[in-house]
Amino acid sequence: MWKRDESVKPATPPAPPGPAAAPSTSAAAASATGEPRAHVSIGRDNVNIGKSVIIKGELSGSEDLTIEGHVEGRIDLKDNVLTIGPNGKIKAEVFAKAVIVLGEVTGNVTASEKVDIRDNGSVDGDIASPRVAIAEGAHFRGSVDMQRSGAKPAAAKPATPGAPATQQSQQQGGQQPQGQRVGA
Amino acid sequence: MADATRSLTDLFGMLGPRRVADGGSVADSAAPISDAAYPSKALHKFLTGLQSTANPVLLDLGPVVGSNVTFFGEQLGCRIRVEDIASDIDRHVKAGTIDGLAGFFAARFTQAPGTVDGILCWDVLDYLDRPAAQALATSLCRLLRPEGCLLGFFSTADSKDQVYTKYVVVDESTLRYRTYPALRPRQRSLLNGDVIKLFKELRVTDSFLMKSKLREMLFRKPAPR
Repeated sequence: MWKRDESVKPATPPAPPGPAAAPSTSAAAASATGEPRAHVSIGRDNVNIGKSVIIKGELSGSEDLTIEGHVEGRIDLKDNVLTIGPNGKIKAEVFAKAVIVLGEVTGNVTASEKVDIRDNGSVDGDIASPRVAIAEGAHFRGSVDMQRSGAKPAAAKPATPGAPATQQSQQQGGQQPQGQRVGA
Repeated sequence: MADATRSLTDLFGMLGPRRVADGGSVADSAAPISDAAYPSKALHKFLTGLQSTANPVLLDLGPVVGSNVTFFGEQLGCRIRVEDIASDIDRHVKAGTIDGLAGFFAARFTQAPGTVDGILCWDVLDYLDRPAAQALATSLCRLLRPEGCLLGFFSTADSKDQVYTKYVVVDESTLRYRTYPALRPRQRSLLNGDVIKLFKELRVTDSFLMKSKLREMLFRKPAPR
């Protein structure tokens, strides 16, 4: 009845379910552990590093990245979102616009917008970001630096207990995942 | 029919936060036993005391509570370091080295003296015997910068329940007390004079006896003359 828009389809046939399409990131491919299935996939502005990929060194780019594998060294995605998937294990200094952690990170994390440690995510290191959300059930050890650059001391703000702070904290709570668990 | 029932159950599950059944990812022992909200009078004053400082450094001696980190970060634009004293106590209980806790606390913190603007001590001192409590209090006084604030809670009722309490900030005047299993009960309740002696380098600025049988005390480190 409706004509499908074939133009948005990829040229290649769809990949079978499971680990993704053909590897195309040279560094990742070079470091892959050699399993026959492909490990690095590139979607529209989003690269996915599969769970059997091990990368040692510096990883930088200008696309959003999801890591399910192991990375040691440094990750630099200053203008993009880095997602550490549930299977991802990172031992690196991380710099990104936003970092979402569902796996394990050992090292300092710096984000210009937000760091979000989800349920079962783990960060062992210092975090620097204007917004940080740590779900209950997440593991965190380190310090959190939410200093606002150029911010004035909050003394000018009305310090009345109640409404404004309540409202703000509820708004923040709204960003947290529902059904929070007890943290580490 | 069974599918419909399951769907309804799922729907109800999504409507409200799960409480007791939610525990158990990182540490099953941290599953909450109770979870109730109480008013706080000292927290607001603690925040007010820090709001005059640009980008203060905060030390939280409780377990990591994500919403607290967000709350203090957003309210104060601070750098917050969480040092879970309860896990230190449990570790020493497990290792059978609880008598060495005083020596441990004397060297526990790596921060330079006078570099912390605010300390959330919560009620950790209730779980320590006198020498360990004194060692921890001395270390905290050393870390606090002049004019810095310390917020401490002290139970006024003896309890042998082996639980720690997570104090989850709801807003500036409300805390949610969320208890979870501990390996050591509270020790003898500290009297007002005991607490003042522990923090003899600090000045008590406010003290509130709450209906929750907690004494909330706010200390400030005097500026050197």
